[in-house]
Formats: sequence, C-alpha cells, structure tokens
Amino acid sequence: MMITEKIISTQKLTKRFGDFTAVDAISFEVEKGEVFGFLGANGAGKTTAMRMLCGLSLPTSGVAKIAGFDIYKQTERIKGSIGYMSQKFSLYEDLTIKENIRFYAGIYGKSDSFIKEKTNFLLARLHLEKEGNKLVGSLPLGWKQKLSFSVAIFHEPQIVFLDEPTGGVDPVTRREFWNLIYEAAATGITIFVTTHYMDEAEYCNRVSIMVNGKIEALDTPSALKKTYGASTMDEVFLKLARNPG
Amino acid sequence: MGTVTANNLIKYYKTGKNETVEAVKGISFDINKGELFGLIGPDGAGKTSLFRMFTTLLLPDGGSGLVDGSDIVKDYKAIRKKVGYMPGRFSLYQDLSVEENLEFFATIFNTTVRENYDLIKDIYVQIEPFKKRRAGKLSGGMKQKLALSCALIHRPVVLFLDEPTTGVDAVSRKEFWEMLQRLKEQGITILVSTPYMDEAALCDRVALMQNGETLSIGTPKAITGAFPQTILAIKAEKMFSLLHDLHEWKEAEDSYAFGEYHHVVIRNRVNEEELKSFLQNKGHSKVEMYEATPNIEDCFLRLMKT
Repeated sequence: MMITEKIISTQKLTKRFGDFTAVDAISFEVEKGEVFGFLGANGAGKTTAMRMLCGLSLPTSGVAKIAGFDIYKQTERIKGSIGYMSQKFSLYEDLTIKENIRFYAGIYGKSDSFIKEKTNFLLARLHLEKEGNKLVGSLPLGWKQKLSFSVAIFHEPQIVFLDEPTGGVDPVTRREFWNLIYEAAATGITIFVTTHYMDEAEYCNRVSIMVNGKIEALDTPSALKKTYGASTMDEVFLKLARNPG
Repeated sequence: MGTVTANNLIKYYKTGKNETVEAVKGISFDINKGELFGLIGPDGAGKTSLFRMFTTLLLPDGGSGLVDGSDIVKDYKAIRKKVGYMPGRFSLYQDLSVEENLEFFATIFNTTVRENYDLIKDIYVQIEPFKKRRAGKLSGGMKQKLALSCALIHRPVVLFLDEPTTGVDAVSRKEFWEMLQRLKEQGITILVSTPYMDEAALCDRVALMQNGETLSIGTPKAITGAFPQTILAIKAEKMFSLLHDLHEWKEAEDSYAFGEYHHVVIRNRVNEEELKSFLQNKGHSKVEMYEATPNIEDCFLRLMKT
C-alpha cells in the first residue's frame, strides 16, 4: 500500500476580522510533493488563508498542521520549514546574486559550506555562472523571477508558497518558471501556488477554488472540468467565482 | 490620419554614468477613431513609457506622436485636457472618499459630475453604495472602477489604460472588458495595455510588444491567421516527460506547455501516426492529439524566438 504523507492539513480553519469572516471553516489536505493550485477571486480570502498557513497570522478557530507543526503553537518551526515567494519582487536589488543567496540562506541558518556548494549548483542550473557577482537590479525581469524562486527553495524547505509568481512575465519565461516548479516538486518539495492564469491551473496536480472565504471546489483539473461540465479551467472558474463584490 | 499616432518614437533612460536602457526603440502605429487598441506584452516591453509619452508626462528622445491632432511635445496643454489616463499603479487620493475623488477630478477639468454622469453611470453605480468610503479602504476591484470613473469624468476623446487588469482575477477581468466594450460604443478611442495574451482577442487591433519593439501589429484574427505552421495539441498521462520527449521529435520545431495540452509546432508535415508510434516507443499512454488553431500566445512565442 502506498502511504501518502499529508504535509498540510486543516480542519475548519477560520479567520474573522470583527464581524467579517475572511476565511470560513476551510478543511483540506495537501500531499508531500504535490503541486497544489490555490485559486479564487480577489477578496475571496486566499491571502488571509496563506498568511495563516505560513504562520504569520493566528486563526480565530479551527486546527491545522503545516509540515507536522501546529499552526497556533509552533509558528516559528513552520516558518523554518517553508519558503515563500511574494508577488512583489523581494530580493535586494543593490546586492549581487551571490550576496542575496548568502543573505537569505544565512537567515535560515545554513552553513557556509552548504551555501557555497549549493550556490554554484544553482547558478549553473540557471545558466548564471558568469553573473554571480552582478547586482540583482541589473538583471532582466524573467531572470529575477526565476532567481526569486530558486532563493525561496534554497534552504530546502518542505513547502514553498508562491503568491502569483508569474504576473507580468513573458510567455517563454512563464513556461521556464513552471519547469523549475516541476523540478522542485520532483525533489519532494510541496508547491502551494496562486495564479490568475487559468492555463497554469492546468499544470497543478490538484486545484482548490475559494469563494467568499469557503473552499467551493477541490479536485484535479480534469475532474473539476467534468463536474462542472466545462471544457477549460477558465470556464470552471467563471462558473464558481462569479459572485457579487 | 489616426486619433493616436506614433511615428518612430524613441525613449532612453539613464541607468548609470555611461549606461542607458532603450525602453522604446522606434515604435510606429496609427490608431483609428473609436478603435479599441491593445498593447500586448510582458513587463519591460515599453508599454508604460509609451503611455507616459502620449499623456505628455515624458518627453520622447526621438520620433514624434500625435493625439487627436495635437503634438505630444508642443501641444501638451491641449492634450492634457482631452485625454483620460489610468496609470498602472492606483493613483487616486487614498484619504479622500469615493465621491470626493470623483468631484475633485471633475473640478480640475472645469466640469461637474452631473454633466457627464451618463458616461460613467454603468461603472459608478457599482461603487456608489460605498461613496462615503475612503478610496484607500476599497477592494482592488472597486479601486479599479473608481479610477476608471475618474479617468472618464471629463469625457475624454482618448482613454489611456495602463495594465488595468494586472493582478485582477479572471471574473473581474471579464467584467472590466465588458465595460470597455460599452465605452467604445460611445465613440471613445481606447489604448489599453495588458500582459495577458488572452485579452488580445477582445481588442479591435493589437500591437504585440517585447523589449521596446513591436513584434506584430494587426487585428487578432490577422495575426493568428498569419501563423505559418501547423500546431498539434497533445496530451498524455505523464505530461512533464511528454514535453521532454516532444522536444526530441524531429518534426517538432518547437514544443511548449499550453494548459491542459502541449502545443507542438510542426516543422514540415504532420504525420499523426508516426508521432503516435514515436510516443508509444517512449512509453507514453493515453495519447490524445488534435490540430489546434493558433492563438495570440502561440504567435507571441513564435515571434519572441525569431
């Protein structure tokens, strides 16, 4: 029998702000090594939910374990076990590529020898061997995005959270970026990704769609299309997410 | 002569002592009156620089431009009166309420909200219930509607919209484009930019842009119709290794992920049977394929690589 490991599991996870319920009792599980798409309209509660899963915001009620750690009591352990890439480019433009890697890996407490060895490997993988001492600010946008992702998984986290990683990126780079995602998933890193590109929803193993704080649907892209009688994920999304406000 | 004309427009930026970046490398196009014209391209294509030159916020370093017959350098005062501009970044007053922002922009242009209310009615009614709320406290979708209302309140001849749908979900994007269609019916010329390739199909004509240059200009149909090769859409059980194997097929000029399927651009001729057996030998199962109609993203990918 195959035993699947749940790397994220939540039961009735809820977050209220005053009398507004931003995340309304969501229960779901993500398996180790899965590419999990977390979709929803603006204001559906995705960011609030992600902040809780990353240990940045305490839930109002419900339970959750992230990489085996409790979402209330072990938020620091959670932060050490995950990587995060925000939609805003967050590497230091006035540091070089190597300095950025050194800085972020240092924050996660990685040893000098680990950093040195892995930096060379990473630069080779991204074909940036000659650019290691260049300022990040001077790189083209596509390279910045790929570098951001590589930095987010440099400390070998169990899960990486990607918040709209491909916004504004050209179609070639977008595909190269997804290749990096698949490679990371193949090494066992769980990918938790939000996107507004519905073709990218197809690249996920499973997809959840949030509407008004609730998870309205969760399944593989092909099963979702079947359930909602749709030919594309775009149609599924429009059917589910078209709600007032 | 069109309503918006770019004639070999050039823009440089200084990035260091002796370094410059050429953001716009001699772009020319001609937008007709009442046309909905899209600038389609990723970040760094030069879209925002073009908008800033047309709205007289930046001086070109070469070439010339006209907006409704006025020169973008000499006649900047005239242009400012007759264009509406919605920048990529939300730029209304966050600490003024919804209705205060709208009144402010109407007053600046010597008009009143009442005089042009018919133009913004469709859009504004959706945010009117929140008219006392400060703009900074609005949701993303509502901010976008307020910004569009403010850009329209003086009944501009040309509307410039810089990435109005970036970071916006698929539902709100669809609604926004429906609003643009209605504005177009009122005779307003619209220049809109977007990094979403699928939105190109909603424009009358588009310019595909990359690194300060136009790759192609035309109606979406003409651009996709000019795609010179056959594209096969293929899926199988193991999509990731399928893509890897497709790269090795001799007839594949290019292959890339395309949502549920992969797209393969065929070099010379299609032989589906040959491809099927090639993939079976590689161990693929549940192989499905059909001849796909090229869309704008296929064209963009091709133009980027040539």
